[in-house]
Amino acid sequence: MAIRRILIANRGEIAVRIIRTAHRLGIETVLAVSEADRDSLGAKQATRAVCIGPGRPTDSYLRVETIVQAALGTGCDAIHPGYGFLSERAALAQLCEDEGVIFIGPTAAQIDAVGDKLKARFHAEAANVPVVPGGPVDNLAEAQALAERIGAPLLVKAVGGGGGRGMKLVENLDDLAATLDMASAEAGAAFGDARVYLERYVSQGRHVEVQLLGDGAGKVIHLGERDCSVQRRYQKLIEETPAPALPDHARAAMHEAAVRFAQSLDYRGAGTVEFLYDVAREEFYFLEMNARIQVEHPVTEMVTGIDLIEQQIRIAQGDGLTLSQDDIRIDGAAVECRINAEDPKHDFRPSPGRVSKVLWPSGEGIRVDTHIVDGASIPPFYDSMVAKIIAHGPDRDTAMARLWKALNDTRIEGIATNVDFQAELLDDPDFVAGGVDTGWLGRRLAKVEI
Amino acid sequence: MSLTAKDVEEIMKLLESSSFDRLNLEVDGMKIELERSGAPARPRAAPATPDAPAAPAAPPVKAAAVLREEGLVEINAPLLGIFYRAPKPGEPPFVDVGSRVDTETVIGIVEVMKLMNSVAAGVTGEIVDIVGANGELVEHGEVLMLVRPEA
Repeated sequence: MAIRRILIANRGEIAVRIIRTAHRLGIETVLAVSEADRDSLGAKQATRAVCIGPGRPTDSYLRVETIVQAALGTGCDAIHPGYGFLSERAALAQLCEDEGVIFIGPTAAQIDAVGDKLKARFHAEAANVPVVPGGPVDNLAEAQALAERIGAPLLVKAVGGGGGRGMKLVENLDDLAATLDMASAEAGAAFGDARVYLERYVSQGRHVEVQLLGDGAGKVIHLGERDCSVQRRYQKLIEETPAPALPDHARAAMHEAAVRFAQSLDYRGAGTVEFLYDVAREEFYFLEMNARIQVEHPVTEMVTGIDLIEQQIRIAQGDGLTLSQDDIRIDGAAVECRINAEDPKHDFRPSPGRVSKVLWPSGEGIRVDTHIVDGASIPPFYDSMVAKIIAHGPDRDTAMARLWKALNDTRIEGIATNVDFQAELLDDPDFVAGGVDTGWLGRRLAKVEI
Repeated sequence: MSLTAKDVEEIMKLLESSSFDRLNLEVDGMKIELERSGAPARPRAAPATPDAPAAPAAPPVKAAAVLREEGLVEINAPLLGIFYRAPKPGEPPFVDVGSRVDTETVIGIVEVMKLMNSVAAGVTGEIVDIVGANGELVEHGEVLMLVRPEA
């Protein structure tokens, strides 16, 4: 069934991005807005905007029933969830299925299958996709046998821990017994749960992810990979494709593994499989699958010429996947910088407010995805990302040079942003060389502070 | 002094050429409120079938400038949903123009996915206008009724 009117359950730049493709396809849009977003660019561009609640996301953008009611009440036949908010809540996909509204994304069951880390790891192992070697251990004999298979260095992790807490590094397997005792005792005291598990320690890891499209009936293709290793506190800042300085065998193996994983789920729509790439061992491990469009999707669009939002809509309305793997050609390289309303000079504290004046860059190979225009307000309730500046070129050096110039041409007045900080990173010899690991930015910032 | 339709037209033109989004004017007990499009405006419900086009964008200045008696209080929709004026189809409405309400009086229902939320007047006085249409989608904050409060 051809989709004629889409309710967009999101805000900011991705709302504007979805509106652009929908209108190009002759599809009307209804944007669900909070009180804080009534005057946003998306609200002006959409065919219609409806206010769904107060500014705080829990009172508006995160209300499943309100979103579906808004779609039904405005005659929408589909809902696009964007990223974040309700995009990976099986409850929204399920309610859409129950109410006969097309959910532009995977099925509720697929969201559920990849949403839980343990379930996802189980599915990955079943699809013969490598996961970080490791597992639970009950006693020293078990631990020693497993440690031999994993190899050193390895981590002893508390089952009850998480977020970096309850971890101990074993650099030499001779120390395993002592560390295991200590870790177990500490875990019992700290988390009330003495159980521990072992996991291979990746001292130098890169975040490499593979973009996928699936028709929901077992056909899955990939659109290359993205390297998103430049991160601060697990927040991606720069993304690029192709991943630089990656052995061809590893790249191809990651593409194949990602496709295999999604095929095993009969995955429907756009999705991304994230891998941790172990630089020293030239191996990769499944991290998770994101069952939605991603923030960094434009770099893939720039090198493939394929509109991923359009593909999402076409698959959702039952056209199937008209592209085949042979249709996907990677042309050159693309790099994206996320522009955030935050102040790098003051520990990256958020800087909401009103943008008095803004000048976005343009030029060959430059694309800007944003909802910020002169006078736009940045409410304090939401993510601090205000724009993505993307540069494409025939090769990585050209793309980087274009992006650097674009950042220097950007003027944003009224709020603090990380534009200058991003330009510095692009200039850093390590980044220019290509292939930095996920710890690179943290180490760089720690050095600057000293 | 009183405002004629021509005066209102003049004022609308002034707002249109200004950099302001909203104008509130009170003259001799008459109150005029103008809003530019983009400012929180009273929306029109789109028809509930995909066959009809979505509601068109609002004109630059709301053509139907609300000429409103001074001191009226709005009852706003507390959430987005379908507005019903009666407890069940075919039953008399909770309130009508002329009804006297107090803060606790239920004036209607907003349905969100089969969950009925009753709407209290929140003010003591007399209903003078019913703005929300029965069975139509109302947005969060949309005006449902106007009340002349008791002094």
